[in-house]
Amino acid sequence: MRATVTIDIETCKGCVLCVPVCPPRVLVMSEAVNAKGYRYPLLLEGCTGCELCAKVCPDYCFEVYREPLEERRTDSAAVPP
Amino acid sequence: MSRRVLMEGSCAMAEGALQVGCRFYAGYPITPSTEILEYMAVRMPQVGGVCMNAESEIEAIGMVWGAAGCGVRSMIASTGQGISLMQESFAELANAQIPIVAVNMCRGQGDYFQATRGGGHGDYRFIVLAPASAQEAVDLIQEAFYLADKWRNPVLIMGDFLLAHTSELVEFRPSDELELPPKTWATTGAQGRRGITLSPLGPSEKLSTDLASALGKVTEKHPAIRAAEVRVDSGWVDDADLVVIAFGFPGRFVKYAVRLAREQGLRVGYVRPISLWPFPSAAIAEAAARAKALAVFELNAGQMIEDVQLAALGRVPLHAIGGISQDHSGFGVGPALTVENILGRIRDVYPRAAA
Amino acid sequence: MNQPLAPTPDMRKVFDKPDLLLKTEHSLCPGCGEPIALRLMLELIQELGLRDRTICVAGIGCYTAFPMIMDVDVLQALHGRAPSVATGAKRVRPDAFVFTMQGDGDMVSEGLQEVIHSAARGERFTAVVLNNGVFGETGGHATATTVLGQHTKTTPGGRNLELHGNPIKISELIAQLDGAAYVARASVHTPSSIKLTRQYLHDAFQCQLAGRGFSFVEILTMCPTDWFVPPEAGPGWLADNLKKTYPLGVIKDQEGARG
Repeated sequence: MRATVTIDIETCKGCVLCVPVCPPRVLVMSEAVNAKGYRYPLLLEGCTGCELCAKVCPDYCFEVYREPLEERRTDSAAVPP
Repeated sequence: MSRRVLMEGSCAMAEGALQVGCRFYAGYPITPSTEILEYMAVRMPQVGGVCMNAESEIEAIGMVWGAAGCGVRSMIASTGQGISLMQESFAELANAQIPIVAVNMCRGQGDYFQATRGGGHGDYRFIVLAPASAQEAVDLIQEAFYLADKWRNPVLIMGDFLLAHTSELVEFRPSDELELPPKTWATTGAQGRRGITLSPLGPSEKLSTDLASALGKVTEKHPAIRAAEVRVDSGWVDDADLVVIAFGFPGRFVKYAVRLAREQGLRVGYVRPISLWPFPSAAIAEAAARAKALAVFELNAGQMIEDVQLAALGRVPLHAIGGISQDHSGFGVGPALTVENILGRIRDVYPRAAA
Repeated sequence: MNQPLAPTPDMRKVFDKPDLLLKTEHSLCPGCGEPIALRLMLELIQELGLRDRTICVAGIGCYTAFPMIMDVDVLQALHGRAPSVATGAKRVRPDAFVFTMQGDGDMVSEGLQEVIHSAARGERFTAVVLNNGVFGETGGHATATTVLGQHTKTTPGGRNLELHGNPIKISELIAQLDGAAYVARASVHTPSSIKLTRQYLHDAFQCQLAGRGFSFVEILTMCPTDWFVPPEAGPGWLADNLKKTYPLGVIKDQEGARG
């Protein structure tokens, strides 16, 4: 599954919520800091495009890209109870 | 086509409001304002509006906030204690520049400070109007909705027990309102435009952080309102040695007493402020320039007299001839409010004026 | 932008910020849960085609910073007073989609009677409370939902039964009122709880659209700043403390709570 994310490192506030939710563990916090003084996540190889980092980020830093392999059901509101 | 009907003051005011398009009312039962709520409960649904008997005064004014914020002409009535409860919302409605009409059916006249100084926090002002008859109350409440919309500022009508419960002939005159701009500031759903915020805390434009000019707008209009919205009634002032100042229904008693005084040869006149804010300082100053003394008749421990003092600037002696006066219930008319008493007090202070 | 693995042409963008979010930058703390809840609300409003008739009634708290970045009409209310304002708005504009956005301090402390009366009357708006068990904006003071043992600046050493009494389970309280048609409690501390929050918000919104009565969603959110923990410890603290007092789930879901 070819996928990736873009990360707005200048908006990031270094909360680290994304790192532990990433299933393939491809996010690591930087040593460098952004202009606000926060460390930010770096993306390693192996992203599956699962979107979990994007969903937990309080600062909307992530955009997620994915190769469409099949007709996949996204996190739509029409999930049966 | 207008016709005259015999109506209790409260009901007449409520009907007057409905006839200029008031379509939301929220209130809480409290004497002597309750009849307005009762009237609205019956009539509002008949005209396709909404009347809510809220569970508290604070919730009532909140509901009015919501309805008025959506661009609907909205009204609330209470008495002093209830108006006290609403003060935070009053102050912030003014900051948000949301037009509403409020009515205080006062117990006595002790709410003058509350109305004109603002019982709430901050630099806001309400336009305050004090009728002295049911007809005037109808005319003023109809005008109040227009003024509130025109200035995007709340308007308060000061009534009292007599206004509420006296039945008089009233005429609902067709209003010839001047054109008002559409309420583009109201939250109606952002169809065809960007969303707006209607807030007492800051600007309405999204992403704007210009707090200073948003709050500036609230007070910048005060000088213009002062210049445009003074209303006053006066009589026999030109050659008066003593001018008596009174507002509301007591002002009507004072006018009658002044007429009797004239018949008895005393050179007395009266000034009856109809707008309590903006206060008719010019009319008072003019009276102070011509007369030898001023007297203030108000049913409280001395409130409007401070505004009279400011307007007269110490040019002539100023007598307080009113005072707190209540009946046994605390809601109604006390013993001081009689023509005999007022005339007696006028006579008490008059010789000093003519000397 | 950090793009060591840039998107290739055959990749499709599958996640973006909500269309109705005007700006990603906001002044809320690192690790705050409230912006996550905001994202879900904006996504749903967009998805359900409600933007043009939405009126959000905002309370006063940290989330008061949100109206300026939301591309919907927002009526800003006073602390605790959003339910009465929402009542007035929905009563005069019954076709509008009206929801409140309040914090626990706003709704359960200052404004408790407002939300109770609105629910009892079955007012047809949706009330959303962001519950982090603390007054965040003022700097960390106890609210009616602060849990036992929780340290705040006004419960030093932890909320104590003897001194401070018990927290209020607002969802359960609201559910007892006949006018409340849908009441649910969710959370944003894990991806799966975020998914649940989205579902509950969706169902609450649908409850309003169907005119069934008062709908209510309580969303537990992280506040590491006023829980005095590092941001990355927020989700764990929520699970260990807040969620124990406030269980997640649909508490009430009934047809015809309003005639």
